This record gives sequence, C-alpha cells and structure tokens, in this order.
Amino acid sequence: MSTTVTEGRFTDLLASEWIRIRSLRSVAWAIGLSGLLVVVMNIGAALTDHVKWFDYGESVRAGFFPHWSIDAAFSQGAMMVSFLAVSAIGAVLVASEYGTGMIRTTFAAVPARRTLMAAKLLVTAALFTVWGAIVATVSFFGSQWILSWHDVGVPITHPGALRVVTASALLAPLAALVGMGLATLLRHVASSIVAAVGLLLLAPALINSRQGWLIHVDNAFPMTAWMRLSDLSTDVPPPYLGLPGAWTVNAVWTTVAVALATVAVRRDP
Amino acid sequence: MRQASRNRIVVHVIELDALTKRYGGTTAVDGLTCTVRPGRVTGFLGPNGAGKSTTLRMVLGLHAPSSGTVTVAGRVFGSLPRGLRHVGALLDAADVHGGLSAVGHLWALARGNRIPRSRVGEVLDEVGLSSVGKRRIGGFSLGMKQRLGIATALLGDPPVLLFDEPFNGLDPEGVLWVRGLFGRLAAEGRTVFVSSHLMSEMENTAEHLVVIGRGRLIADESLTAFSARSAGRRVVVRTPEAARLAGVLAAAGAVVTPSGEETLTVTGMGLERVGELAFEYSVPLRELSGHGASLEAAFMELTAASVEYLAGDRR
Repeated sequence: MSTTVTEGRFTDLLASEWIRIRSLRSVAWAIGLSGLLVVVMNIGAALTDHVKWFDYGESVRAGFFPHWSIDAAFSQGAMMVSFLAVSAIGAVLVASEYGTGMIRTTFAAVPARRTLMAAKLLVTAALFTVWGAIVATVSFFGSQWILSWHDVGVPITHPGALRVVTASALLAPLAALVGMGLATLLRHVASSIVAAVGLLLLAPALINSRQGWLIHVDNAFPMTAWMRLSDLSTDVPPPYLGLPGAWTVNAVWTTVAVALATVAVRRDP
Repeated sequence: MRQASRNRIVVHVIELDALTKRYGGTTAVDGLTCTVRPGRVTGFLGPNGAGKSTTLRMVLGLHAPSSGTVTVAGRVFGSLPRGLRHVGALLDAADVHGGLSAVGHLWALARGNRIPRSRVGEVLDEVGLSSVGKRRIGGFSLGMKQRLGIATALLGDPPVLLFDEPFNGLDPEGVLWVRGLFGRLAAEGRTVFVSSHLMSEMENTAEHLVVIGRGRLIADESLTAFSARSAGRRVVVRTPEAARLAGVLAAAGAVVTPSGEETLTVTGMGLERVGELAFEYSVPLRELSGHGASLEAAFMELTAASVEYLAGDRR
C-alpha cells in the first residue's frame, strides 16, 4: 500500500522505539548499572580466586583448570542478576507504557499494534543482545586474564569457551523478551516482574531435579539450559539436558515470549 | 457502499453507525448514530459516565465496538498502519510517560509516523511549551500536560481532531486560547470533535452539538437549534395576592408553582401574557421577571433523565 511508504516504514517504528528507550533516563541507568554489576561480580570472582590462591589446597590448584576457571567467566550469581535485572527492565518498558496510559497515545499514533509490538521487541532484544555480548565478553576476558596470573586462564579457543560466552550473552535478550511478553499480558509492573522472576529464577530453583520425572520439568527452564551451556564438559547422560536440548529450550522460550506479546497486544487497553 | 465511498473525494467525516459498546451487563454506548462534519467545531456533550470517552476510544480503535461501526473518512481507524496524519487526538492528558521529555515524547511519536523533526518544534511553539521542551513530562502541571496533548494531536497536521475534555486544568487564558485554536482548525476545513460535560464550555466553542446521555443520542443539532429548545422558560412574579393570581394564571393554561409566600413561578406562559392577565384582573405586582433558561439549563433538563451519578442518589 502506497500510504505505508509515505506514512512510515517498519524502520521508522524501530527508530521511534529507540528514541523512546534512549530518552528514558531511568532505563539507561538501570541498563548501565546492572551491566556493571554483572561484570564486577565475575571479575570479583576471579579476584577472589587470585587472592585466595595459596589458601587453596594443592589438589584444588592442580584441578582448577578448566572447570573452576570457567566458573569465574560468568558466575551463577551473575546469571541470576542478569535474569532479574534484564527481565525487570523488559517488563518495565512495556508495563509502564500500559500503566501510565501512554499506550493509548501510542496506539492512536500507530494503530497497527502487532507491527508496533514487533518493533518494540526487536529494538529491545537487539539492545540487550549488545548488552549481553559486552558484559559476557568483558567478564570472560577480564576473569581469565586474572586467572592467567596463575596459569589457569581459559583461552577463548578452548573447546566450549565460546559457547559459554555466547550462552551467557544470550541470557539478556531472552530475559528481556520474557519480561516484555509477560508485561504485555499482565500490564502491571509489579506483577510482571514477579511473574518473570518466578519463571526464570524461582521455579527452576525450587524444583528438585534429582527426582524422576521432575528432571524433565527442570530441563524445560532457561536457567537449567544456561547451566548446561556454561559447563565445559561435552556430554552428560540423559535424562539430563544435552547441548542441542539446551539451545532448543532457549529458542522455544524466545519464540513463546514473542508470540505471547504479539497476541496479548491485541487485547484492548 | 464502502467501496463506492473510496472512489469519491474523501470527505473527512466521522461516521457512527449504530455504535454500541457493552461491558458485561452495562451498556456504555447504545446504538449511537451520527455524522461529525468538517469545517465546524462539534461539541460532544453529556453528563459524566454518558459514554463520551468510550465513544472517542472506539473512533480511535482503542476499544472494539460490541456492534455497529465507526469510520473516519470512510475507513476504520484501527485498520490504518499509522494514525497521526489521519486523526489527531487528545484523550487524556495523563496518557503520557512521565520519564520522557516533551521533545522526546513528541519526537518518538513523530518518527514512527515519518513526520519530520522540525514539526516537533512547531507544535511546541503552537501550544506555548517551547521553553520547557527539554523538561520531563512527569513534572508538568495538568494544564501543561493538556497543552502537550494538544501538541500531540497537531503533530501530524491531521484533517480530523478529537479532544476529550480539553478544558480540564486550563486557566482562563488557556481556555480562550483553546477556543481560538479550535475555531481556527475548523475554519481551515478540519473536523473538530470536542467532548465536555459542561455546557458552559461549549457555548462559545461549538457550532454544532451532539448530546448523549446513558450512551444514547439525545440531540444532534446546531447550537442555535439547541438553545431554542430551552423549554422551561420561567417567569417569576411577586404579588400580595398570590393565591388569586395563581388561580387566574392556571385558568389561562399556565403551570404555577408557589415558591414563597408572595412569589409564584410560572412556566408555559410568556412574561408579557402574565403581565396582561395581572392588569386585566387588577392584581398588584411587586415583581415580574423572566428567567430564560440558559443553555446550561437546557442541557441539564435534557439530560436529567439520563444522569448516571446523581448527588445524594442512594446506590
């Protein structure tokens, strides 16, 4: 349709969303500070190893490389902070628009709601992919450089190392999309954050994965998938989650989150 | 029929056809049919809860009608890819994100509709907010937010404009300015549809009125025709012989209600006729005054039956 061209292309919507995110100072601060916190946690883990190096027993030091070394590249605490902070920011970006009533102004300007939501998801996911890439890369090289003082730094060329960095970087866009999808459904800041944290962190932590069929439930969570992907060992026996399974879990969650947002946005504000 | 209208010269009318919105058991808008035409300011009047905002939201595709249709220039607004160049709207001045600056807010909206950046400065100038463009909206007063909402509506230079209670929070100078602006927009050939629950706001603003109550159309006519309706013209007469005059007037067909020991309120009879009858029957008068019902009174009278929330109403 010719009007689409003169009135605005999809790229104009992307630019519009980018202007909005960039202009929200609180969001900019949250993104910056949470990124810094994650990096500090990982570098801090490596520094702790460095400081305590000679307190560790002979056997610990001998067996440190590569499994304990890689733990500092992206710690479990850093994973949790990433999930928490990024899903909350994603939820706030959408829920605050509903909560303030801004969404009505936005829909009046762009009646094509699904296209609009697609632009929001894409811009936010891209932003957090960059965020995740920077945070995971700095964390990896920073921590491994510190550990290299004791000759236990893992090089990026080590089998699986790149996978650890990639999986850790992709935590962020996944969490952002889950937060946005839930916020589009719930339209309320607090409940969206609680739902996102419940799904991403609380549920997998509460499930006892050592018990029979619950292993399969546990396998369906991105937190479990990240645990698997950030582990350097190449294979684990079933029924535990394998590498292809872990990537699949991430892909399915991303798809469902995007689908949830694009369907829920059709409900009238 | 819709096919045919597309081939005609596009007339920027808002057309409501049996528009209905039900929420559960309550009907907010009930079979509303009317056409809002360009070139004049149309007031959209009704008591609180009459369904004005719901109607405007349906025009903008924010709420889907339960039945019936509403089109702008022959098209359903919600089916348009972008809206700002078709309809400019101020629904609720609070419908903004407080964390953005006025410029950021307008620029983000403009950019999505491929409206040039220069337009942001123009509309801020128009509404008098240029000096606070960089400040966060969260710190704005209601009047400033109202002006920002008007700036947002003007952004796409649209042929159709909707304003929901635009006078809220404006100072007298602001009210005058808004009236002037609406008049100018209409004179430029645009369709201007302005809602209000106060008749007094419409008196010097609108040329045409659409009046609703409890979701139903009560009147769709010019302001002049509406004020001519003002039935209930009252005559107040004070006389020491109130009882005798009351009898005379009632016999002549007037409705007489005593409103004090010596005072009568007369409806259904003109001031002159009351005077003549008093003279004819030699009734001494101490006061004879006509109280032509104001537009406000006409409005109150018309919508009295449909007022949703009455003060003192037992609920």
